[in-house]
Amino acid sequence: MSVTADGVRTRRPRNALRRVVLAPPVLAVAGAALLGALVMAAAGVSPGTAYPALVRGAIGGGNLSYTIASYVPTLGMALAFAIPFRAGEFNLGGDGQLTLGGITAAAVALKMPLPGVLAVAGALVAAVLAGALTAGISGPLATRLGLPAIVGTLLISTPATALASYLVRFPLAEKGTGIAETPLLPERAQLPPLGGSEYVTAGLPIILLVTLAWLWVDGGTVLGYEIRALGAGREFARYGGLPVARLATSSLAAGGALAGLSGALIVLAQPYRYVDGALTSPGYTFTGVAAVLLAAGRPRAVPVTAALLTVLQVGGEGMERDAGVPGQLTQVLEGLIIVLVAVLATARRLRRS
Amino acid sequence: MNLVFAGSVITATAPVLFAALGGLLCAAAGVFNIALEGQLLCGAFTAVVVGHETGSAWLGVLAAVVATVLFAALLSVPAVSLGTEPIVVAVGTNLLALGLTSFLMRRILGLGGTYSSPDLRGLPDLPYTSQSALVPVAFLLTAAVAFWLRRTRSGLRLRALGGEPEAARSLGLKVTGYRHAAVLTAGALCGLGGAQLSLGNVTLFSEGMSAGRGWVAVVAVMLAGTSPYRLLGACLLFGVAEALGFRLQGAGLPQQAADAAPYLITLAVLVVARVISTRRRKERTV
Repeated sequence: MSVTADGVRTRRPRNALRRVVLAPPVLAVAGAALLGALVMAAAGVSPGTAYPALVRGAIGGGNLSYTIASYVPTLGMALAFAIPFRAGEFNLGGDGQLTLGGITAAAVALKMPLPGVLAVAGALVAAVLAGALTAGISGPLATRLGLPAIVGTLLISTPATALASYLVRFPLAEKGTGIAETPLLPERAQLPPLGGSEYVTAGLPIILLVTLAWLWVDGGTVLGYEIRALGAGREFARYGGLPVARLATSSLAAGGALAGLSGALIVLAQPYRYVDGALTSPGYTFTGVAAVLLAAGRPRAVPVTAALLTVLQVGGEGMERDAGVPGQLTQVLEGLIIVLVAVLATARRLRRS
Repeated sequence: MNLVFAGSVITATAPVLFAALGGLLCAAAGVFNIALEGQLLCGAFTAVVVGHETGSAWLGVLAAVVATVLFAALLSVPAVSLGTEPIVVAVGTNLLALGLTSFLMRRILGLGGTYSSPDLRGLPDLPYTSQSALVPVAFLLTAAVAFWLRRTRSGLRLRALGGEPEAARSLGLKVTGYRHAAVLTAGALCGLGGAQLSLGNVTLFSEGMSAGRGWVAVVAVMLAGTSPYRLLGACLLFGVAEALGFRLQGAGLPQQAADAAPYLITLAVLVVARVISTRRRKERTV
């Protein structure tokens, strides 16, 4: 770099731009888009039709409010993975926590006649507890029995989803419709719509506030520091006198709580009922996982990456409708993003050392 | 227990056993391989597509092995050569496998959900049984892996570099070479397991049909340590759970109970086994 003040002034912006463009997350997204185009071309789909249809499907016409509504559970599931991930635990069982949270919220809303604001609040709290419990079991399994949380959460997820599916088909089913869904939730248990929007509800400010709270705990409190210390090195944390088992279990439970909350926020919004499969089929869990891994260790980037991947997820559905391109392309791109961002980050570390 | 039930236990065990043998080789070499789930799916899909296009189930099996080895390279190159966290890469490849098979299914086979066709030939049954010819291969390979790990020089070396990679390296062993071989072999075994799943157990492909079997294989590896016979035991247990699940469904219990049973039983056994082994360790240290 030149030593004159002039040279520094002219080069600095360009270097900053270079740093952003060559950052692993940006390269990973670009690389995934490119590889995705190759996959499409190999399968006889024109990327020139598919990608514009994907963007249109997410933000074109009347789709934007639906996309913002989908951002709520996607960000929630990103936090469900991110909180334990900061402590070094992988929560891959989001689907089970999400569905049990959703069905619990529906059950409370339908069966418990709570007055006024308590109807919504009660359903949300119950869902949070259900999610926390479902994920929390993996804590002792990991710390006492040595079953890694990544395996424990995933193994619990399948029976948990089966249980939710059973509940909606039998005890909580809407009789006589033939569809596996609960009856319409009473009006007092429905989340109020935001600014006359059809899809966006009070769930959006709720999840944004929770995200801010997490960012504050993570970056500005002793608890957040302890959780990060645990994630940085378990032995180091133990040597430093931290309650390792308790922190690991609570971070898993907190992640599950967020997944449970996400389930409730889906069920208490349009179409105001629990529909079997509706919580798992959009793929919120792994979109959240991909968002967190794409953020590459920067918590404040999570809301941004979650927004980007929400566009990808909702756009995938639109692309299928408009251009006839299978929406599973979203999962392909998310998988590629996860692999690429991990590889690019290690490649960069290797080059530096 | 009657013969029909025993048969369905064996059938349910075989695909998991293939995947678990791959996982065991990786664990012995010191690589935590959780990419088995996606690789089973890759094998199952390739077997059906190639089996359908060529009309030959065995060509389907061969293609499944080749494709899954290539797919496993997506894990082995970053995880072994670059030192990327294998767990993160595997999370990505599992999602990629699920997306790619569902995407290509719609493009190649022309529909989503489940594909089956009278043109699609399954693997031939062994005489006098309803087991495909790949099933005994899984059990024979278990014995072969046990012999190889215990009784051969290269098997001993694999276990050595899993336990003490630095010591193994200082003795001149090519640690990365062994690890690549282990991960790619696991890919080949998952190719066989996937082919058995889609052309042996049934003759169809459905989205996400591996349905957690790759994860059960990971648990089996954790229960077994480096003993292939304990691995066989763990996989048989899953086979019993799955076969029981089918029975329960036949007896009028809801399908959801049958879906959940294998995972609940696997978890319960894991918990019991771990509690017993930690107790024993405590008694020894006291």
